[in-house]
Amino acid sequence: MLPTEFAPAFPETVLGLGICLVLLVDLYLPARWRDVTYLLALVTLAATAMAVSDIGLSGTTLALGGSFVADPLASFLKLFVLAALATVFVYSRAYLQDSTYNKGEYYLLGLFAALGILVMISGASLLTLYLGLEMQALALYAMVAFNRDSPVAAEAAMKYFVLGAIASGCLLYGISLLYGVTGTVQLAEIAQALRAGGADDAVTLVAVAFVVVGIAFKFGAVPFHMWVPDVYEGAPVSVTLLVGTVPKVGAFALALRVLVEGLGETGVTWEPMLGVLAVLSLGIGNIVAIVQTNLRRMLAYSTIAHVGFILLGFAAGSREGIEAALFYTIVYVIMAAGAFGIVILLGRQGDDADELDDLRGLSQRSPWFALVMLLLMVSMIGVPPLAGFYAKWWVLAALLDAGQLWLAIAGVLFSVVGAFYYLRVVKLMYFDSPAGEAPLRQGAALRLTLSVNGLLVLALGVFPEGLIELCARALG
Amino acid sequence: MITLGHYLTLSALLFVIAIAGIFLNRKNVILLLMCVELLLLAVNFNFIAFSRYLDDPTGQVFVFFILTVAAAEAAIGLAILVVLFRARRSINVQELDVLKG
Repeated sequence: MLPTEFAPAFPETVLGLGICLVLLVDLYLPARWRDVTYLLALVTLAATAMAVSDIGLSGTTLALGGSFVADPLASFLKLFVLAALATVFVYSRAYLQDSTYNKGEYYLLGLFAALGILVMISGASLLTLYLGLEMQALALYAMVAFNRDSPVAAEAAMKYFVLGAIASGCLLYGISLLYGVTGTVQLAEIAQALRAGGADDAVTLVAVAFVVVGIAFKFGAVPFHMWVPDVYEGAPVSVTLLVGTVPKVGAFALALRVLVEGLGETGVTWEPMLGVLAVLSLGIGNIVAIVQTNLRRMLAYSTIAHVGFILLGFAAGSREGIEAALFYTIVYVIMAAGAFGIVILLGRQGDDADELDDLRGLSQRSPWFALVMLLLMVSMIGVPPLAGFYAKWWVLAALLDAGQLWLAIAGVLFSVVGAFYYLRVVKLMYFDSPAGEAPLRQGAALRLTLSVNGLLVLALGVFPEGLIELCARALG
Repeated sequence: MITLGHYLTLSALLFVIAIAGIFLNRKNVILLLMCVELLLLAVNFNFIAFSRYLDDPTGQVFVFFILTVAAAEAAIGLAILVVLFRARRSINVQELDVLKG
């Protein structure tokens, strides 16, 4: 057991040690034993999850000089991140086994990204948040360039790297100004200093604007979304799957810690800024997704639209809105993992099968997975009784409660626009004849997890109370 | 007398030069990496100036962390650059146009 001062950081310690172990073991294993690395990575995630559940959902403890916090929200998000990453690994293994770059580094970098996200989730000072963010980002940059022989992947990685570095720069510039006006980098003390007044409002406003730009970049909200479609299309599918799911939880945690806990009750309002970003994201995301012919690019623009909804929750500026944003983030990650899982299932060696046309006649090739994809797509539209419906409904309810009628109307309007391209996927699967007879990817683990993933969207839609209550409790 | 305002102006100038450099540069990816470094150094300038002004060491500690992260970032950036060059035989920014974000 660690000294009390370090006890709240026990899960991160376990994960860090696990990463060292995986790194060493992978180094000495021959390539045909790659599955050992995979299993060790899963064991590391499980051990970390046990360490998190040891801390549990009660009480708030500050550690490491007040820059690290363990609270119910942190435990909840960490458990979800670990579970989501394990799912991502299961899908990715099926993909990597058939590829020419089945390297242990995939799992290692994935674990490093998870460590960064965990640190970010527990960040109680701007320094901790920044370090967690960079750890996650650096691991992801490297992962995008994972397939070293692909010119497209290298280009995507370079774009991701440069835009991500600008985002970090903007965030840091905002942080430095915040430090200047409040004289501290601890979030609680910043909130206190800003509440007490005396800080220069103009400078604070500029600082908040820079921080919002940084966060919007990490979320991939319009007009800072340029990297999203390129990375989603250019990276190997297994990496797209990872970039599109788990880091969204990290971005949510970053936004929550900085904006709500640090800058929540100040004279400066960030809600309108997020409102504008949210409406732009909903508009551009949903409209541009319609003209895409590549499934991954379509999902990229759909991500931008969903991020718009998450930001709408924040823009409501109420406790209910933030709970709704949390619920939306969780549901979105589950849906996105399933959708990219289907992309992996469709692919085969040397062909990613990520064009929309590859979905043609899926209902004849595999009725069950066509149904899973149907559930995911319909949930993304937001049709009851699926999880996506409650996510959208809760955000809209929070907006109406906060009196933000126009934002709610924009949300509904663009969701209707978005229904078009999701329904086109359904049409391709059920009403078109198959283009080829190539078999779907095999693998019991992949198929089982994917089925559970699809059913989870249905289950959370029929019985949303459990997750709703968990979200409320985590933030309570 | 050099005041806090002078330092902040200089840092803001460096920041703007770095951002402008990233968006105006159409030739070479290495210049992008240099601009990214300049961006972080501009922020460091801010932190040091505030730290001195507030008489508080936190800002200087933050700068050490930023320097470390910047080193790691440069390493990753150069690694991606090498991969890019091997795959494309070019590091011209204008030729990075296969993907249309």
